[in-house]
Amino acid sequence: MATQLEQARLVGAPVRRVEDPRLITGAAKYIDDLKLPGVAHVAILRSLHAHARIGGIDVSRAASSPGVIAVFTGRDFEHLNPLPCAWQATGTENHVVTPRALEIDRVTFTGAGVAAVVAETREAAEDALELIEVDWQPLETVVDAEEATRPGAPQLHDSAPGNVVMDWECGDLAATDQALADADVVVEQRLVNQRLIPTSMEPRGAAADYDSGTGTYTVWMSSQCPHVMRLLMTAFVFGIPETKMRCISPTVGGAFGSKIFLYPEYVLVAAISEKLGRAVKWIESRRENYAATTHGRDHITYLQVGAKRDGTITALKAKTYANLGGILSTIAPGIPTTLYGRMLSGTYRIPAIHCQTVGVYTNTGMVDAYRGAGRPEATYVIERAVDLVARELGLDPVEVRRHNFIPPDAFPYDPGILAGLSYDSGEYEKALDRALEIVDYDGFRAEQAAARREGRYLGIGFSTYVEICGVAPSAWIGATGQGWGAGLWESANVRVHLTGKVVVTTGSKPFGQGHETTMAQVVADELGIPLEDVTVEHGDTLGTPFGYGTYGSRSAAVGTVAIYNALQRIKAKATRIAAHMLEADPEDVTYEGGRVSIVGAPETGKTIQEIAAAAAVGYDLPEGEEPFLDDTSYYDPPNCTFPFGTHIAVVEVDAETGEVALRRYVAVDDVGRVINPLIVDGQVHGGIAQGVAQALWEGAVYDESGQLVTASMTEYALPKAEFFPSFELDRTETLTDVNPLGVKGAGETGTIASTPAVVNAVVDALAPLGIAHIDMPLTPERVWRAIEQAKA
Amino acid sequence: MPTIAITVNGTRYESDVEPRMLLVDLIREELGLTGTKVGCETSQCGACTVSLDARAVKSCTVLAVQADGAKVVTIEGLAGDAALHPLQEAFWEHHGLQCGFCTPGMIMSAAELIAKGPLDEAAIRHGLEGNLCRCTGYENIVKAVAAAAAGR
Repeated sequence: MATQLEQARLVGAPVRRVEDPRLITGAAKYIDDLKLPGVAHVAILRSLHAHARIGGIDVSRAASSPGVIAVFTGRDFEHLNPLPCAWQATGTENHVVTPRALEIDRVTFTGAGVAAVVAETREAAEDALELIEVDWQPLETVVDAEEATRPGAPQLHDSAPGNVVMDWECGDLAATDQALADADVVVEQRLVNQRLIPTSMEPRGAAADYDSGTGTYTVWMSSQCPHVMRLLMTAFVFGIPETKMRCISPTVGGAFGSKIFLYPEYVLVAAISEKLGRAVKWIESRRENYAATTHGRDHITYLQVGAKRDGTITALKAKTYANLGGILSTIAPGIPTTLYGRMLSGTYRIPAIHCQTVGVYTNTGMVDAYRGAGRPEATYVIERAVDLVARELGLDPVEVRRHNFIPPDAFPYDPGILAGLSYDSGEYEKALDRALEIVDYDGFRAEQAAARREGRYLGIGFSTYVEICGVAPSAWIGATGQGWGAGLWESANVRVHLTGKVVVTTGSKPFGQGHETTMAQVVADELGIPLEDVTVEHGDTLGTPFGYGTYGSRSAAVGTVAIYNALQRIKAKATRIAAHMLEADPEDVTYEGGRVSIVGAPETGKTIQEIAAAAAVGYDLPEGEEPFLDDTSYYDPPNCTFPFGTHIAVVEVDAETGEVALRRYVAVDDVGRVINPLIVDGQVHGGIAQGVAQALWEGAVYDESGQLVTASMTEYALPKAEFFPSFELDRTETLTDVNPLGVKGAGETGTIASTPAVVNAVVDALAPLGIAHIDMPLTPERVWRAIEQAKA
Repeated sequence: MPTIAITVNGTRYESDVEPRMLLVDLIREELGLTGTKVGCETSQCGACTVSLDARAVKSCTVLAVQADGAKVVTIEGLAGDAALHPLQEAFWEHHGLQCGFCTPGMIMSAAELIAKGPLDEAAIRHGLEGNLCRCTGYENIVKAVAAAAAGR
């Protein structure tokens, strides 16, 4: 496998992106840039209470406000079902409560929508919101997941006793307890993986236009997966055939997971458009984005790790409280279970593992996938665990890693908790060694020792991670998650037009990754045509095959493989037609460099453009051959893919102020075959920035009453350019045999790897003070307090 | 409603505006130039940055009436008669953008930064503090601005 592209011209080259001209000139159309004739504007009244009953809503004053067309409350949409929870934890009961278009009698987080104003302008709609009178009946609140499970905590939903969404486990509890009992040392640590707010630069938005003549909805939304939006809205919320709705996702201004999900506003605009008979649009404000778009992470984990004196890790046990917010988002229970617990083994051979995840309702915003989705949380636990073991035993954290690594000859490797999947390929030590060489590890330790003698605190931190992406074999996802029962294959349609120009329709949906370039690189190389002859289309359900969209770093390892498979069949058909044109036996011709020629007589041949024209006009085709070069592929991967690598952070901590300076950041990633190094590096850069930001700065804060304190960019600590040094990147390239391209996926590695590297570095810096752990974010205040406490 | 006259990308417009109308809304909604983005409404993100009388401003915190008589350049007009401005070329060449939403504002800020004088990496990073990007980690934005500055 993975041999087809060895003659690659474009695959592997730093091709600059074909989508960029429209983005750098301001010509690209994001959802708020669309001009719909006669559009009316929707503004949503959101709860300022984190937990309250709604006694009643008086909209009369708002309805008579200038410019207002209509005002709606949840009662107006009682006929619509609540949104579905499409991925639930397996092997356990899920107590599912999901949002409605507008909540009717109760809210469980600040930001829940309870009424909507439709007006001629956005300003008129927003002005009228202030005239709606709601009889709020506030209830007791709880915002901490662990506290919410304790007796006496306020209860959010009658159907979820103890506020528990689900209590899930994986691994062997008895074997893990025994291994812990037998271990030379057992290290215990409580770890908080704080809540993050994805904060794509473009907020969400949705627009809808209902055609009463055909009874068809057209819904635009800023989404990573428009086909899934259509499926969830039609089949589960509206109860209408999929054919009665078209979903379009225009240019998307960043998402990082937060635009996977079906949100109440998308249902709302569709339903309002039908009621009013005109197009309507809602564009999220940044404040709404912080309150009402999903958040990520928010775990409290009790970790126990057992080891022998020589550093061999023998057992790992984690009990995690996963805060899922006041109500469930689309795939919320799947993230802290399948994508977290099953990856806790990391890059190490650990004979006994057990993970228990308790998903919990609290009076906070919805929590779901955010870049990495479960794997950053797992990587944080295992990479901190290794450092804690090294510290306990007085060993070098690099040597403990090396000692426990899964060796290259052990692949495919079954960690025992992956529900039947195995890690595909890996050379963990190779990536580690390369990173150590770049950072000059021995040199750093000498510098660190010298600095310590001067009273300066330098630290180095490692993250030798593995992650799971290229999601996912449909049968596996069906076995590891309960829900709507859909798969996770991907579709592609490839058409070679009469002129030789190629149009690819992919079920993937980019939001900054450059699919139009990378996918075109593969097509151009496979067919032997210029890059500019390929157009990649995405984002519209009309007339296109169903597709699952982009998340879980799946668009190269699944979406692009679907394109590749369609191309193989197109090449086979082109070869048959060319043989007919050349009056040769199909066995005697070969497709190479954009031409089908006779073996042994390469000057006699037909170009793909000539063949495409012949196929399109259909004047003279082989017996039984249909016209046109057109093929659709539905590719279901046999396994996920498992990128890996080593990230190293070097920090200096100011012991007087607690300030952490990130001095160097080295990343050696192995994402399998690289289609476009420019784009892969860009993905890694952005991922590192988000992961470092979790370690040092970012965190959503709710006060005890459930008010989101970090509800704008003024309070939420997004990193700026000057927060970072220039990142030092390199790669190893270990192909996977999961797919014929040998690609693994590159969208999330940076985020997954970087957070523990930075925390490990800060803890390493403060080791002389006896500090073994500080919870994130490692703000100056937290670090200073830890130092003061250690000195006391 | 007050009437204002404003020159945007070389074209003079006269418009009746509500006193509370923001410059960004005038540009996007009245003039239909949607390249300028709204990302936060609180002057944090810089996606709405335009050139106002040769100064980079966040157009979400300027009232349209304040721009009466001013010359405004948006991302659509930055290149003038050329196909692309050198900064646009540099962002393309160095992969200085991913989703592209922050890019118009980022480029408009960088254009002013370069016009002000010589730049090293630290000065670029500091100079872009008013523009947030969530995709790139700023790495290639800094490279692109440095390349454009070097070619100045």
